[in-house]
Amino acid sequence: MISLYRFATSLFVLGVVSVVHAGNFLPAIVYDFGGKFDRSFNQSASEGAERFKKETGVAFREFEITNAAQREQAMAQLAKRGATVIVAVGFTQASAVERVAKQFPAVKFVIIDAVVDLPNVESVNFREQESSFLCGMAAALASKTGKVGFVGGMDIPLIRKFALGYSEGAHYVNPSVEVVENMTGTTPTAWGDPTRGAELAKSQFGRGVDVVFHAAGATGLGVMQAAADAGLLSIGCDSNQDYLHPGSVLTSAVKRVDVAVYKAFMGAKDGTWKPGKLVLGLAEEGVDFSLDQHNRALITPASEARLRQAKADIISGRLKVSEYKAQ
Amino acid sequence: METYTLIVLTLAATLRVATPLLLAALAGMFSERSGVIDLGLEGKMLGAAFAAAAVSAVTGSAWLGLAAGVATALTLALLLGYACITHRGNQVVAAMAVNIMVAGLGPTLALAWFGLGGQTPQLDGAGQRFRELVWPWAQQARDVALPGLLYAELLSGHSLIVYFAAGLVPASAWVLYRTRFGLRLRAVGENPLAVDTAGISVNGLRYQAVLISGLLCGVAGTYLSTAASAGFVRDMTAGKGYLALAALIFGKWKPWPTLGACLLFAFTDALATRLQGVALPLVGVIPVQFILALPYALTVLLLAGFVGKAVAPRAIGTPYAKEK
Repeated sequence: MISLYRFATSLFVLGVVSVVHAGNFLPAIVYDFGGKFDRSFNQSASEGAERFKKETGVAFREFEITNAAQREQAMAQLAKRGATVIVAVGFTQASAVERVAKQFPAVKFVIIDAVVDLPNVESVNFREQESSFLCGMAAALASKTGKVGFVGGMDIPLIRKFALGYSEGAHYVNPSVEVVENMTGTTPTAWGDPTRGAELAKSQFGRGVDVVFHAAGATGLGVMQAAADAGLLSIGCDSNQDYLHPGSVLTSAVKRVDVAVYKAFMGAKDGTWKPGKLVLGLAEEGVDFSLDQHNRALITPASEARLRQAKADIISGRLKVSEYKAQ
Repeated sequence: METYTLIVLTLAATLRVATPLLLAALAGMFSERSGVIDLGLEGKMLGAAFAAAAVSAVTGSAWLGLAAGVATALTLALLLGYACITHRGNQVVAAMAVNIMVAGLGPTLALAWFGLGGQTPQLDGAGQRFRELVWPWAQQARDVALPGLLYAELLSGHSLIVYFAAGLVPASAWVLYRTRFGLRLRAVGENPLAVDTAGISVNGLRYQAVLISGLLCGVAGTYLSTAASAGFVRDMTAGKGYLALAALIFGKWKPWPTLGACLLFAFTDALATRLQGVALPLVGVIPVQFILALPYALTVLLLAGFVGKAVAPRAIGTPYAKEK
């Protein structure tokens, strides 16, 4: 049964990739679990690729994985069929990138949210703790109960990074604030389980939480829905999600994956692309908190001033945010 | 008081989590009691979840969504019946085929219709979802010490489907043990030849059982996409169909014990979401990984130690052939 399924999967991979004809410059992108339209992490990556397509008129290939076995096959197929640069979105792709990049040394690879140390790989990482810190501040400033919540997706160091920054930010505003943390699961399915996300959020509301921050991909949609249903506040993640439930989404911890993807494609096209490590934080505008017409009314001018001050302090180095380190 | 609130909220969550499990397990009970293995619960639920969310998103009515969900699950049930009852196909293989087909078909259709990467649009309009029903005076009762909170959180404040599922348990027990249909259904799962000899159509009874299963799976799927969450996402049943089957076996194919099994599974799940990061007396904060593994560990322990022997209906899995 499993091998039959694998066989069918590989046929599918072959089918998808072979439709596209080979060209001179051919960028490609491989999304992670959660899918291109998770309204969060992957969608942000997709927006960057779309922007590149719009500005340059160069089409790109894309692949949405539906099981772990597809990653390596998809990347190898894309490379074999003439992709010039392949962006792998998400830390789970690191081992696949490592193997495929060795096989195709002439192809440029970009991995987001992980580090792969090879001469043809660029590793893009973000200082998520900085935007999470600001969201933690916003949560503590908006909370009436003095209790704020966090719902993470899969329990990995990256998500702990969000959680730690958030907690520090909340305590920076109100030292006696209580931060309730939940993780959805320990497998990649934790990125796509909105029912469980809603249930986790409800359990936090039951404990008195009135602002909840999610870093959980599509699972987070359930978290935000639960907050909107209960008339409480949520904080979005990765993409600007303020528009999802206007009046209920306090702000979003924006992670400019779109900028990273756009720059990778552009750089590869212009010949300015460089392998190595790239870390984007508040100073590089790689992360930020969002403020637009959908959440304008939720953030008071006084809160906004404090957030802007903290942002400037983090950029100047006067305010230090700790980075989570896995033991 | 705080502990009491926590307990009541955990129990309320148990009811919400148990609902789709219970509906699917009772669906499986009817089918399996008639002698047809119901491994297709997962697929029928997922298909219904997709259809309900899609129709509700387009029409703006959760009730039309429910109708579509039930119709989809009934169609899948008929398909299974046609393969397994009429043509005496292997019930396990046919059901797995349906599960895999639905897992791929739902996201594909969603992509074609809505262009949202295999999801349906978020359902947030009025009437697009089965929202929580708040019983009279629930808000006021909340402040009245212990019974008030019990009333406000545990009895009031659930979606209509939760109450439907609760009512279904005594109803199915009555149908199964107190009606002529129930008697025949049980007989056809134990000894179809005897039923046939009595001049009752074995295949007819099995078709009815499979259709009841489809109906209940339809409600369960609709609950997942329009009540428990707001929209369809890929693989949103997340193994609940198989878990329901486990609950059914755990409950020895009987309505009330099956209810107990579903509540137990749901309770460990609800507990797991609440124990994360909570400092317990004596042991302190338990690592997340351990908490997340708790429902499964507990299931294994209980299945191993407390259930005793579960005896399946005798004719389960064997298609009935009139002429031998």
